Amino acid sequence: MTDPTKLTLAEARDALANKSLSAVELTGAFVSAVEKARDLNAYVLETPDKALAMAKASDDRIAKGAAGPLEGIPLGIKDLYATEGVRTTAGSNILRNFVPAYESTVTSQLWRDGAVMLGKLNNDEFAMGSSNESSAFGPAVSPWRRPGSNAQLVPGGSSGGSSAAVAADLCLGATATDTGGSIRQPAAFTGTVGIKPTYGRCSRWGIVAFASSLDQAGPIAKTVRDTAILLRSMAGHDAKDTTSADIAVPDYEAAVGRSIKGMKIGIPKEYRVDGMSSEIEALWMQGIEWLREAGAEIVEVSLPHTKYALPAYYIVAPAEASSNLARYDGVRYGLRVPGKDIAEMYENTRAAGFGKEVRRRIMIGTYVLSAGYYDAYYVRAQQIRTLIKRDFETVYAAGVDAILTPATPSPAFGVGEMGAADPVEMYLNDVFTVTVNMAGLPGLALPAGLSSDGLPLGLQLIGRPFDEETLFSVGEVIEKAAGRFTAPDRWWA
Amino acid sequence: MSVDQATVRRIAHLARIAVTDEEVPNLQSELNAILAFVEQLGEVDVTGVEPMTSVTPMAMKKRVDAVTDGGFPEKVTGNAPVSEDGFFVVPKVVE
Repeated sequence: MTDPTKLTLAEARDALANKSLSAVELTGAFVSAVEKARDLNAYVLETPDKALAMAKASDDRIAKGAAGPLEGIPLGIKDLYATEGVRTTAGSNILRNFVPAYESTVTSQLWRDGAVMLGKLNNDEFAMGSSNESSAFGPAVSPWRRPGSNAQLVPGGSSGGSSAAVAADLCLGATATDTGGSIRQPAAFTGTVGIKPTYGRCSRWGIVAFASSLDQAGPIAKTVRDTAILLRSMAGHDAKDTTSADIAVPDYEAAVGRSIKGMKIGIPKEYRVDGMSSEIEALWMQGIEWLREAGAEIVEVSLPHTKYALPAYYIVAPAEASSNLARYDGVRYGLRVPGKDIAEMYENTRAAGFGKEVRRRIMIGTYVLSAGYYDAYYVRAQQIRTLIKRDFETVYAAGVDAILTPATPSPAFGVGEMGAADPVEMYLNDVFTVTVNMAGLPGLALPAGLSSDGLPLGLQLIGRPFDEETLFSVGEVIEKAAGRFTAPDRWWA
Repeated sequence: MSVDQATVRRIAHLARIAVTDEEVPNLQSELNAILAFVEQLGEVDVTGVEPMTSVTPMAMKKRVDAVTDGGFPEKVTGNAPVSEDGFFVVPKVVE
């Protein structure tokens, strides 16, 4: 039979349901694919024994007619999700040996629905990065290369292991998290589909915290339909996260294939940023055309505070991070480096345990929250956040159903190419995605074309709060027109 | 605004991160690059704008003030670098 790792999640689900494929066969194929693909550094921990045991249990449930919605589906889990009894590091040396005694709510829901865990996926340390290069395990590498070149490209970040694994057929779908673009930018860089749902849609309980008012869990998968299937299992109210929304989770898959005739799609003029490449501009125009052909009404809209979203984010996110990461003190868990007294123990532990980017962000956060600077930086950034959200509210109040933008300002770059001298250069990757986190909205990124050097380029759809369904409907229209994008050369296999 | 080297050391101490003398100049220029980038926020008129406290309108959920979990000290201290009899052990704090 054909290689089952190349199936989409929906196709595998159907093959398992009609018993043309067993869960053990499917998982076995992924276990060997993962072993062969170690050059990608997508997995930081492989759990083949656990995967095969879970697959065996899935086959038993399928035989008994008791299959869950994700029964037997092999997934990769970003190493930011606590997994009971399975090492969880957040890509940091400070948690190098951390083995949680509990399971995150989102992953527990995936196992409840029958999914199989293949292992833990690489990510930027504490999800701080846009290239996966800040991971203590070294960078995950994209399966994509420029034609005729062996240069390693980044799979985006922070969910770079997730996007690389999905793009290289090393799982049928992956969990990811998004604080400023960490689901959507890696999806755009690898020709995969990723959705950051509305803030509050997925429980944050058991996910290593970065910036709690911005962090959201979501899936990366091969198709719009596959992300819809995964999100339904991941989402839902959780009493253990007071910010999780007590709103019923719809059957997202039912929204895939729904007509978008008569929908109003907003095109924000402020996203035409200076220096945007002509191929990104062309891709955007092409996306507009596809939606118009499908019967949507295209309207120009204005989001006047767009340019302030990224600088405001670089106050709010580090401030929250400096507070969240205070817990890594060498006392309750994680690394401890001794000192002459407890203060020196804290300082030595945190200097040794945190990487460069994390230390930098903690220090920025500490500075903007410190006496004398709190009002000038932090309060002002939160006021600007109110204005950013108001921009979107005004557009949606005028009847716009969703907003179409580019996902990233460029295709994937090479490992080591960016941000060495100036950290801000790397931050600019999130210029189109970060507004969505600041306003708590859902955003979906999907591939729509290739760059002149043969690399995937993505578009982003931004929705109304808790209206992920519209994004799946509109996304599928673009997907159908654009087709799917897979790395042409399987050099890693 | 920009930070000088003394401020870098003060922030590092507030953040409880040890820095070496060699690291200070680099940190200073990196922090100043970020502060220069966020400087543009000063252009925005924020008069009368409420700072955001919650991105989605939601009422704070409350529960009964009662113990809902616990009774497993060995799990709680299971990842501690040093623990003894269900307690976390730290260097002497009070002389």
